[in-house]
Amino acid sequence: MSGDHSHGHDNHLDDMTARVMALETVLTEKGLVDPAALDAIIDTYETKVGPRNGAHVVAKAWSDPDFADWLKRDATAAIGSLGYSGRQGEHMRAVFNTDDTHNLVVCTLCSCYPWSVLGLPPVWYKSPPYRSRAVSDPRGVLAEFGLTLPEEKAVRVWDSTAELRYLVIPQRPAGTDGWDEDRLATLVTRNSMIGTEEALQP
Amino acid sequence: MSDTRKNSVPPIQGLPIDNDEPVFHAPWQAKAFALTVKLHEAGLFTWPAWAEMFSDVLKDLPSDMGGDIRSSAYAEAYFSAWTEALERMIAQAGVADAAHLGDVAATWKRAAEATPHGTPILYERGLELKNP
Repeated sequence: MSGDHSHGHDNHLDDMTARVMALETVLTEKGLVDPAALDAIIDTYETKVGPRNGAHVVAKAWSDPDFADWLKRDATAAIGSLGYSGRQGEHMRAVFNTDDTHNLVVCTLCSCYPWSVLGLPPVWYKSPPYRSRAVSDPRGVLAEFGLTLPEEKAVRVWDSTAELRYLVIPQRPAGTDGWDEDRLATLVTRNSMIGTEEALQP
Repeated sequence: MSDTRKNSVPPIQGLPIDNDEPVFHAPWQAKAFALTVKLHEAGLFTWPAWAEMFSDVLKDLPSDMGGDIRSSAYAEAYFSAWTEALERMIAQAGVADAAHLGDVAATWKRAAEATPHGTPILYERGLELKNP
């Protein structure tokens, strides 16, 4: 279970992941557990993980142009400088929303998710319908999340791989002049960093 | 604010949850933990019996388990032991033995290897490959 990550296969499962998937399969077959209930438990414990780290990255990018520039050029290093790095050596790329372009990230594999900045992926992110529809009908998916974009705004869909993971940098909301990083970070939701919504309005 | 929710399920032995570090460093760790909580709720074992089994497994590991308690290496060692203990509890309860669990894990690996990126990994795919 050490770093046995074959780079030839995106879908290589490490030993521990396979063992736990086996437990889940067997226990579900026997009717002892319900996968949806597992996610509810994980949510409870997960309050300390993830999305806050990503919010920190976004808030810093909003308030520090040099950091934003670094994040654009080398997201892995810029994010690593804040102490968040993936232990499998995966690379990060930050994709910035602009007035012209909205970014959306997908992947069917829970391993293709920037855990170090977003924590564990939400259930819907791992679902096959999200993956296929995010590619074929991104505006439709966004509408279901309550986000209707103007026609002239382009939507770019990024498919994560085991080695390259994306973080969406939402646009800074208007009316936040003079806010410090901590306060800005409260506007950055997990979904806004996946691209299924925008940052909260102040 | 989430304290009441936290208290509704057992604490994670030996892991700090009141700091800014992640509790889990990979999804499998969270899942192994959640499976244990569910099986306990389902009455497959008592929490003290679980704790005893887990302690037994931990006893056999080097005491520093990869160093800093907040590190990923520690979390991996900790939850590997957790998973091992859970497998033993399940075998003890007569639900599934180690050989069967090993087969199912191998099937998942085959399914993953045979699935192009971007396509959902199906357990059935691994079963097909077992008997080509």
